[in-house]
Amino acid sequence: MPGRLEPDPIPRRDFIGIYGLWAAALAIFGSILGMMRLPKPRVTPEASTKFRAGTPAEFSPGTVKIIPEYNVRLLATEQGFAAMSLICPHLGCVVRESVDGFLCPCHGSRFSLQGTVLAGPAPRSLQWLSITQAIDGSLVVDTAQETEPGTFFQV
Amino acid sequence: MASDKTAAAVQNLKKLSANLRELVIGKGQADQDEIVSIWENLKATPRTLRALVARNGSAAMEGLSRFRENLVKLPGAFRDSAVRHDAPTSDRTRSQAIFSNFFLHIHSTKIHPNSLRISTTWGLGISLLSQFAILTVTGILLMVYYTPSLDLAYNSIKDLHYVVPTGRLIRNIHRWTAHLMVLFVIFHMARVFYTSAYKSPREFNWLVGMLLFVLTLALSFSGYLLPWDQLAYWAITIGANIAASPNELVHALGLPKIFNLGDLNKELLLGASSVGQDALIRFYMLHVVALPLILTLGICVHIWRIRKDGGLARPGGTPTAAGQGVGTVEEIALAPQEQPSKTYGLMCVVRDKSPHTDKDPDETVSSWPYLLRAELLIFMINMLVCIALALFFDAPLSEHANPAVPENPAKAPWYFLGLQEMVSYSAFIGGIVIPTLTVIGLALIPFLDREDGESGVWFGGAPARKIALQSVIVGALAAVLAVAVPVNFGWLRNWFPGIPQLIIIICNPGSLLTLAYVIWSLNVMQQTRSTRLSAIALFTCFLVGFVILTYVGTFLRGPNWDFFWSKSSWPIH
Repeated sequence: MPGRLEPDPIPRRDFIGIYGLWAAALAIFGSILGMMRLPKPRVTPEASTKFRAGTPAEFSPGTVKIIPEYNVRLLATEQGFAAMSLICPHLGCVVRESVDGFLCPCHGSRFSLQGTVLAGPAPRSLQWLSITQAIDGSLVVDTAQETEPGTFFQV
Repeated sequence: MASDKTAAAVQNLKKLSANLRELVIGKGQADQDEIVSIWENLKATPRTLRALVARNGSAAMEGLSRFRENLVKLPGAFRDSAVRHDAPTSDRTRSQAIFSNFFLHIHSTKIHPNSLRISTTWGLGISLLSQFAILTVTGILLMVYYTPSLDLAYNSIKDLHYVVPTGRLIRNIHRWTAHLMVLFVIFHMARVFYTSAYKSPREFNWLVGMLLFVLTLALSFSGYLLPWDQLAYWAITIGANIAASPNELVHALGLPKIFNLGDLNKELLLGASSVGQDALIRFYMLHVVALPLILTLGICVHIWRIRKDGGLARPGGTPTAAGQGVGTVEEIALAPQEQPSKTYGLMCVVRDKSPHTDKDPDETVSSWPYLLRAELLIFMINMLVCIALALFFDAPLSEHANPAVPENPAKAPWYFLGLQEMVSYSAFIGGIVIPTLTVIGLALIPFLDREDGESGVWFGGAPARKIALQSVIVGALAAVLAVAVPVNFGWLRNWFPGIPQLIIIICNPGSLLTLAYVIWSLNVMQQTRSTRLSAIALFTCFLVGFVILTYVGTFLRGPNWDFFWSKSSWPIH
């Protein structure tokens, strides 16, 4: 009597047929997975996220310099240098400076002069970016490297 | 020389004639007869020759004459090879015309007059098909000049606008027809919903329709980047960041960056971390090849399923008084022993005083010409509207894309402004969670509402109309409240500056509005014990909410997404 413990043997042709179908399905599925790999680039075409913002001597304390190519605002104070990203953390618009902070034109987020989010849909504050110094003395800002708000780089 | 020969020939002829006369005069009757017969034969020579050629002449002559015959018969033979029926003058040949034609066979050969009634469908589906055809043709024409590169894209649109013959008109038609198509997809969905046309056996086609709805929006959105103007650049930047907005949640939960699945979405969409050449070529590929291909396939399935699901959902019954009762069979009670052991089905029993010759139970009419004429009319109206819009209004083109300065306000196309209003509360909830839930909710309607009810009838009764009206009021009030409260009183961050981000993300006007709609619809279900009425409540609320948020986004939002009652009160800067 065939049962769960002693099942009927699968006929040879059925076995080959079933496994053939599974092999085909796997091959097609694998090809689709392989094809999906293509649209994800291995390297992105953008320039380096690091750039030279100028030498410390160019900035007297209190100077503000906006670098539009990177949407970065460089601030020189007595305490040192600070770089803040002007890209709204909500959906990537570029914020504008107003009298008492920054406004995002796209969805109305408001930030203080330190970049702290005050109102609107922005999920977090504006990013402060890390500053380092190159061998030639110029300040290097890395837009991919976030730092704690209130961090000033001293030369 | 020539005159010598002529003279000689004349001499010979004269001799011949003299000889002949001598011959005829000098001989008897028999000879004369022979001469006459020779003459007769001579006269008949061409004909004889022809007959000879025809009978066993050269193969070349035969082939040529047959070719000449074929040439004469060409138009007729060509028609016969393409069309396999006579001129469509009778119902039979008209049916054949529909049935045997590749382009027409998607129609049934006969159609119910109630399906043809304008109020059954308002011609929305055929309008959409017409608009898709117009978009395809104008799109191909635009591709002749458009170049998808950062340096050339904007200029090629300018060329189309100012230099290319009819370029401006074609681009305008393309733009306005795309807007109309989005509008009509929404109308079409509302029509199908309010006439219960999604009910069994049409559930699957409702799903296909949802796919077409999403694809239509995706096509519009992907087309937006191509002109590479400010509107394009910032709309796609915002769109790509919405795709990346699950990151918000990761950040709010304090998880490490490895969980930033949103970055993967964005990278797949843009091919880079910001909108640039790679994004342009990807969106171009999606807009002109991938999405239209899938949409075409989807449209084919959608129309195929209409036929396989038994045609359009329509009000039942016969359209004329004469047809009342046609096709009904009255059961006759018989004593058990008299009941037949075999039963016979009758296709149609006539129970009336007047004869119903040439009438089937549904009084259907021939699709040719009634349906085809209606379709042509809808197509022509669409052409007229699109061309008229294109003649009177130019498609917008703002200045060249500038990644350093967004437009203020940076507004998406109108059909995304409701979404932008939601996104201005929370990118993740408003841009991903609520739209996804809405699409899933819409897709599930036919599977959750399985009540029997007449398909094809608007609303289907007074209770449904009452619920729909109530839902319009509830939906409108809730939507106005959702906008008015944050505008007048601010939101959680203004009230409790230190509040955790997670609460701000989850508890925002958009999510509360959605929740209110769901609660209202559940309340309707509780009160009426009807899933259909509950579905009407939810659908109506979402429709009204969509309209109000779109209105607010379009007309009441100004620079920095601030609220203004009119554009004239925008600050001058």
